Amino acid sequence: MLQGRTWIFDNQPVIISTGTVGGPFEAESRIPEAFDILHDDIWMNQSSFEKAQQIMMEEASQMAIKNSLIQKEDVQFFISGDLINQITPSNFAAKTMDIPYLGLFSACATSMESLALAAFFLNSNGADYILSGTASHNAAAEKQFRYPTEYGGQKPPTAQWTVTGAGCALVAKNGIGPKVTSATMGKIVDMGVTDPFNMGGAMAPAAVDTIEAHLRDLNVDASHYDLIITGDLGQVGQEASLDMLQKKNIGITEAMYEDCGLTIYRKDQPVFSGASGTASSAVGVYGHYLQLLKEKQLTRILVVATGSLHSPLSVQQKDTIPCIAHAVAIEAGCDGS
Amino acid sequence: MIFFWAFVVGGLFCVIGQILFDVFKLNPGVALTIFVVSGAVLEGIGLYRPLINFAGAGATVPITNFGNQLVEGAMQEAEQHGLIGVVTGIFEVTSAGISAAIIFGLIGAFLFKPKG
Repeated sequence: MLQGRTWIFDNQPVIISTGTVGGPFEAESRIPEAFDILHDDIWMNQSSFEKAQQIMMEEASQMAIKNSLIQKEDVQFFISGDLINQITPSNFAAKTMDIPYLGLFSACATSMESLALAAFFLNSNGADYILSGTASHNAAAEKQFRYPTEYGGQKPPTAQWTVTGAGCALVAKNGIGPKVTSATMGKIVDMGVTDPFNMGGAMAPAAVDTIEAHLRDLNVDASHYDLIITGDLGQVGQEASLDMLQKKNIGITEAMYEDCGLTIYRKDQPVFSGASGTASSAVGVYGHYLQLLKEKQLTRILVVATGSLHSPLSVQQKDTIPCIAHAVAIEAGCDGS
Repeated sequence: MIFFWAFVVGGLFCVIGQILFDVFKLNPGVALTIFVVSGAVLEGIGLYRPLINFAGAGATVPITNFGNQLVEGAMQEAEQHGLIGVVTGIFEVTSAGISAAIIFGLIGAFLFKPKG
């Protein structure tokens, strides 16, 4: 059922299992227990960082299947995307997985876009089992969007640290686990920011737009959720978006507003404004927050993954950064799992 | 005393670079180009040699000196061989630096994975 720009999933698809992978920097993070697999080398025995990212995507997918009771052959679709040119790491991972594949690009909002689409397909009987996930690699993203790492280019404090990791959710029409209850699709919000080293600030208005639309479509206020969790706004974007949300009188408080970009790393890790990358929300939600739902510390969360949809070329041509945010509401299963 | 001025002048180059980053929001590639071109222009109008005499390594270590040396080489050769000297002389003085970058880059590429 569509209300405004929000899908209400009456059949409530279930996240029956997840798989998460991280690199050595993530092993040192605040939430190492959120990762099923932790690598101690960023190369992961591959010849390139892009291949390492592909391997993480494959491992997260395989781990999600292993953590469930179903077989790989039962999975009907694999929905994935990432940050690298033409999403090739996801494409190659899909080749290995040998499952019908839908490739997405929404930058760091890909995690929730893929989860929302998976839930939509399952809700309308388009499939029984769908794998939804994404991966990012710090060194691959640096090469793609910034400078070669050897160059040692200086970064401002508004910059963020791309997570090396992958997160995958196996979503089913029926089963035991957290339920996906609704999803709000974002619009492009472009406030004219041109600095690719301040993506949190650029994406904050997109997060605000989607959260506001979601609450309006459901006719609830922010207290409907135990937590509203953004994907990778970082310190700068999180504070800016909270300011904007509080001015809209939707009942949001600082205590119920968290950001995966601030949850993942420790304060003393040199990540500038916080974590970013498609894996930020994927490992944060699938590895950490879903566990809190399973442990009944939370019952209802809204995950808002934000993406900066610029390319290195558009930045060189001095274009602004178009941003988007997709929101997915997840509730603890009625059997408490 | 030259140590003092080397410290001050070299530091001032860095301050200008930081201002280019933080105030004018330029990326490192553009800032580097501005420094090289500025060094070349300063040498062209005869100011870079006096700066080196005054501040020593404070003026020779920053990348501006690369621009200075490009012009210095071109002008030296031009004096001896005329216009053609501008073409042959540009890398006259800087060839040691450029060759070193290529040779050490090659050695580095053999020892490490230069794929970052």
